[in-house]
Amino acid sequence: MTRRAATFVLLLAALSLAAPLLAPYDAGLGFRDFLHAPPMRPHLQGFGAPVVHPIVLADRLEQRFESDPTRTLPLPWFGGSTDQPVFLLGADNFGRDVLSRLLYGARTSVGLALLATVGAVLIGALAGAWAGLRGGWVDDVVMRVADFVLILPVIYVVLVLRSVLPLVLPASTVFLLVTWIFVAVGWPFVAKGVRAIVAAERDREYVQAARSLGAGPGRILIHHLIPACSGHLVVQATLLLPGFILGEATLSFVGLGFPDPVASWGTMLAEAGNYNAVARFPWTLTPAVAIFAIVLATNLIASTHQDRS
Amino acid sequence: MGRYLLRRLGFAVLLVVVASSASLLLTQLAPGDITSEQALALDPAARARLRAELGLDRPLAAQYLSWLGGVARLDFGRSLLYSRPVNSLLGERALNTAVLAVAALIVATAIGLPFGVYSGSRSRGLGRSVVRGLSIVALSVPPLIGSLALVFLAARTGWLPVGGMTSAAGMDASWARWLGDLARHMPIPVLALALPLAATLERLQSQAIEKAVREPFVAASRARGLGHAQAIIRHAWPVSLRSVLGLYGVMIGSLFSGSFVVEVVTSWPGLGRLMYDALKARDLYLVAGCAASGAFFLAAGTWIADALLALADPRVRSQEAP
Repeated sequence: MTRRAATFVLLLAALSLAAPLLAPYDAGLGFRDFLHAPPMRPHLQGFGAPVVHPIVLADRLEQRFESDPTRTLPLPWFGGSTDQPVFLLGADNFGRDVLSRLLYGARTSVGLALLATVGAVLIGALAGAWAGLRGGWVDDVVMRVADFVLILPVIYVVLVLRSVLPLVLPASTVFLLVTWIFVAVGWPFVAKGVRAIVAAERDREYVQAARSLGAGPGRILIHHLIPACSGHLVVQATLLLPGFILGEATLSFVGLGFPDPVASWGTMLAEAGNYNAVARFPWTLTPAVAIFAIVLATNLIASTHQDRS
Repeated sequence: MGRYLLRRLGFAVLLVVVASSASLLLTQLAPGDITSEQALALDPAARARLRAELGLDRPLAAQYLSWLGGVARLDFGRSLLYSRPVNSLLGERALNTAVLAVAALIVATAIGLPFGVYSGSRSRGLGRSVVRGLSIVALSVPPLIGSLALVFLAARTGWLPVGGMTSAAGMDASWARWLGDLARHMPIPVLALALPLAATLERLQSQAIEKAVREPFVAASRARGLGHAQAIIRHAWPVSLRSVLGLYGVMIGSLFSGSFVVEVVTSWPGLGRLMYDALKARDLYLVAGCAASGAFFLAAGTWIADALLALADPRVRSQEAP
């Protein structure tokens, strides 16, 4: 489980970093003549690279496109020009390529979630370990706070914290702010388990041995107790990550996350919130499919873990 | 047991006061207020007059104390956004959210528990694998994704009305018509909210049954001649129910988070939608009122779940005894 989860997280990280390499177009590039263009299906011709048929606007009022089967275009990775763009997953309301925005959006959404996960795991591990090692009132205070945060409905806490700052902010500020908010609501999930493990392990022989050799509390924590929690940390990280991706999507969906020009899965989904648009242009739901796939993968990894234990 | 529940009651009151105070103070500290967010065209003098009229120019402590005084008399002040008493607004909207949440909880229980008992009491077989597969898929459809997908389906097929709680035509029709209209608007938000909960319940119930089936008294009841199904339902299930009941208290929080998202996507006029509008408009009394009623529901939900758990499991009671 640990190895599989780590592989999955690394894959996601690689995917979110690779956007500029993989995306056919720039995320902000809008093709004026191709608003809401439908996805084009790639065809195989002989043994060459797959091609698509170009589409032409057939009716501007209805925004209806027709494909022209007599001509072919190469896929954007195998040459092609920006005069005749190729939309493998369709285009959005500004004529921007959904596939490119999905990839660049992964950089924002998955990147933010990864950063917040690392932050929450770090802070949760430190707080939990400190509480478990010190015991007494430190333990009481830390665990009471953690319990309190845990019972609150997460999304409301995020909403209230988010609206303390001006509603319109530059994208980089939103990125940092939302990351910190997620860390603030995520750390208790990690801290509780770490505290329980540390409290159980701190009197075991190997810790006593380290202590009798003169190791201070800091060294015991970092070299002996935190490694004992590594399994728990990986599990919690795998569970927090999809939650944070979903959190960003929700915030941006309701308009409290990233501003529209920024490609993130939440800002992309905001268009799908309009039921007229979503009924006519189903490809606006693509980020929802991506999120579903990530959550499903996480649940599958977590469930094989449960079955074995 | 009485003392245990009393202590939980004290915690509930504390939760309501802390949650509403914190959200009031945070909203007040946020830049801008109702006059800057809602009345954009005002010149500075008129804005200052309006602020004085609404009492927003007083120091923070004075505003907070007068609000707290009102709360002690269960008066949450007036909404600046809707120019109505917060109490009457909360009453309507909280009822709508409660309808949604309770319906989702009932649907999730009705789907999750039977399937959990079924899949947990079988060690292999096609049925078990199908239930497990479906439950993992349902678990991976969070309310945001689920409600978007269901709204898409409904808008595409026209089977069910999209958005809102009732349609305009249903407003002044007879009671029966109104109820029918409501019933047609409910499936989308309720299902979106209930599916992941049902999956969570199914998985926990399944694990609990698996454990309970290995207990010696189940084997004993089989030896006495009870059928497989009888032994499961009469002997294993009641024991497994204890750990399932424990989950309900934890689920209330995610039910609330989920209902916010579902309310926004399907335009269900509930508490979440109201709080969101209030936050955006910096309507601090309404924000605090929403937080208070949300905290109240949360506390009430966990309290009921705890009470049920204490009733079902004597160990919880004895733990808390002095």
